Amino acid sequence: MMKEKGYRLAALRAAFPYTVPILAGFAFLGFAYGVYMNVLGFPFYYPFLMAFVIFGGSLEFVAVSMLLAPFSPLASFLLALLIQARHLFYGLSLFDTYRGLGWKRFFLIFGLCDETFSIIFTAKRRLPQGVDRGWFMLWITWLNEGYWVLSALLGGIIGGLLPFDTTGLGFVMTSMFVVIFLEQWLHEAYHFTAWLGLLAAGSCLALFGAQSFMIPTMAVILAVLLFARRPLSRHYLPQAAEARTAQPAGAEERGGH
Amino acid sequence: MTQMPLYQQVLTVLLCAAATMITRFLPFLVFSSKKPTPLLVRYLGNALPAAIFGLLVVYCLKDVVWAAAPHGAPELIGIAVTAGLHLWLRRMLVSMAVGTAVYMVLVQGVFA
Repeated sequence: MMKEKGYRLAALRAAFPYTVPILAGFAFLGFAYGVYMNVLGFPFYYPFLMAFVIFGGSLEFVAVSMLLAPFSPLASFLLALLIQARHLFYGLSLFDTYRGLGWKRFFLIFGLCDETFSIIFTAKRRLPQGVDRGWFMLWITWLNEGYWVLSALLGGIIGGLLPFDTTGLGFVMTSMFVVIFLEQWLHEAYHFTAWLGLLAAGSCLALFGAQSFMIPTMAVILAVLLFARRPLSRHYLPQAAEARTAQPAGAEERGGH
Repeated sequence: MTQMPLYQQVLTVLLCAAATMITRFLPFLVFSSKKPTPLLVRYLGNALPAAIFGLLVVYCLKDVVWAAAPHGAPELIGIAVTAGLHLWLRRMLVSMAVGTAVYMVLVQGVFA
């Protein structure tokens, strides 16, 4: 490599400011995740290891309920796929951005969470002069990952020592999904699939019970989306009819949470 | 703490990790940047998120006992506070922190 020395550090310096909002958010969420597991009786290394291995915020919370429920590998795997399916979209949007970056590409994709996606997607347009692009994006990815994993570790260690009653802290997960749901709602002009998710899940919960309603719900959602694809495409696939371009699908559509 | 034997815990976590990695890596493995993204994928990518988030909200409420007191009142109030604050301020962390705090007060004090 013919790069001047210190280009990694320069990229880190350029990347850090972009990650400060994520630091604040992850410090709270990751910590809450660690405390949440701690309060449920898990040793401190559980949230740390799960944060490190899974690295997908909302799924990690759900994974805790999977550990507390009877073992059901297929249902867990399918639910995890469904929760994480939105990442497919991030990959499509950053497909070209991540090209030709060699080994860094693996780590960039590995750590491509909602927040990292939105930061990189906005930052790559106004990259500071003379900064190594690959390292810049890699630092953003690693910094965010580090914030999350360390906060989870800290929450797992401190959790039980918190000088107040933590009953009900698990509601942080509910409120997180309420906020994400609302953000998505506010972002969309057409709310069919938002209602579909709520109603399909609500009725399947009533029909099948808390232990086994997820797979029927997922099946209903997918079936409705596939059967009603033609009329729904008008709302969820703008310009589908006229422009069949090679552009990555509406990258500006979502900004993670 | 969980009743699961360790191997089942490890398997559950690894399956979650595998599912996550599949969704992150798949586009890079499957699609060629020279060809257009399949319309079905774009359609699902736009239509699914709202449904998934709705499903996840219900998922969080799956263990609420609606038939017995307090009939899910702490959950509904907590959600109303979270949502109301969020529609007002659009500050994710504020909405979550206050909503969770209200819920904790409700289950520890008011409806305890």
